[in-house]
Amino acid sequence: MTAAGTGDSFARPGDVLRTALKWQEEGRDVALATVVSTWGSSPRPVGSHLVIDADGSFEGSVSGGCVEGAVIRAAKQVIETGDRQLLSFGVTDDEAWEVGLACGGRIEVLVVRVE
Amino acid sequence: MFQARAVVLLRPVEPGAEFLVDRSAVTAFGATDEGGAATVPDELLKHCRDALARDDARTVETEQGRYLVQTIAPPPRLIVVGAVHIAQKLIPMARLAGYRVLLLDPREAFATDHRFPDVEISHDWPQEAMPSLALDARTAVVTLSHDAKIDEPALKCAVESDAFYIGALGSRKNHARRLKRLATLGFDDEALARIHGPIGLPLGGRSPAEIAVAILAQMTRSRYAR
Repeated sequence: MTAAGTGDSFARPGDVLRTALKWQEEGRDVALATVVSTWGSSPRPVGSHLVIDADGSFEGSVSGGCVEGAVIRAAKQVIETGDRQLLSFGVTDDEAWEVGLACGGRIEVLVVRVE
Repeated sequence: MFQARAVVLLRPVEPGAEFLVDRSAVTAFGATDEGGAATVPDELLKHCRDALARDDARTVETEQGRYLVQTIAPPPRLIVVGAVHIAQKLIPMARLAGYRVLLLDPREAFATDHRFPDVEISHDWPQEAMPSLALDARTAVVTLSHDAKIDEPALKCAVESDAFYIGALGSRKNHARRLKRLATLGFDDEALARIHGPIGLPLGGRSPAEIAVAILAQMTRSRYAR
């Protein structure tokens, strides 16, 4: 009975989707990020969600906290433009110092605006 | 309302129609570029059914592009029998771990809103309440009342069900006596071996909260051991 919006970053997918819906019903612009694929030891499995609003408030997780910052930045763009983005993160990225996965895994995250 | 069903959310990575798929039906959201009704390719339906059965998520490459196949399942359930001190600790912990909890205790003086604020409570006897709960492989049953009149009918229902975890509070000696009584109802050793008793992983804890940790730990192990 983990309610939506309890701040539980390991909430079940359904809980995060409920949060997305609730925020949208409150009139907030919302983006949904979903882990689409993982390689190696990535902390959150395929299907894990992060929901983000235009102010950068978020619930859920797509990694152990390693790449959330970058996903939130991308989500703000997605909310603005309406164009979905497929992000990939790994230790070999140019951005590695900033948002690399310390665990050595790689993940792909799809960010879409919730319409 | 203590029951819910799982569905699969099917979403293309590229923009396109999205689908909700359950065991018997497909619901489409959005349409194809041509404006026609969107349909799910058979190949993807197979993955949807498989994901539903395994309660997992995966990405699938098809001729139509990549699709995310994701099960949205109701939370696992925990039925706590016995509104005792350990239950007061176990219920919030189990909720944090994602369980939806129902507390059963016919003793109204024990199962009060005051002692269990915001907890779903039933004062029915387990043998009355449990048959309609459809105890499935996403359900755990824990008996804590220390009263055979309450615990044993609950254990009987649990053993007859697909519950993934069954635990019974009580000493080794009491548990042995309990198993003997349940055996007279016709349960064989294999069925009775599903009951974890004494309950919980042997962590050595003594306080109600520590015992609750041991119970939740054992539930977690059972959930992923299959």
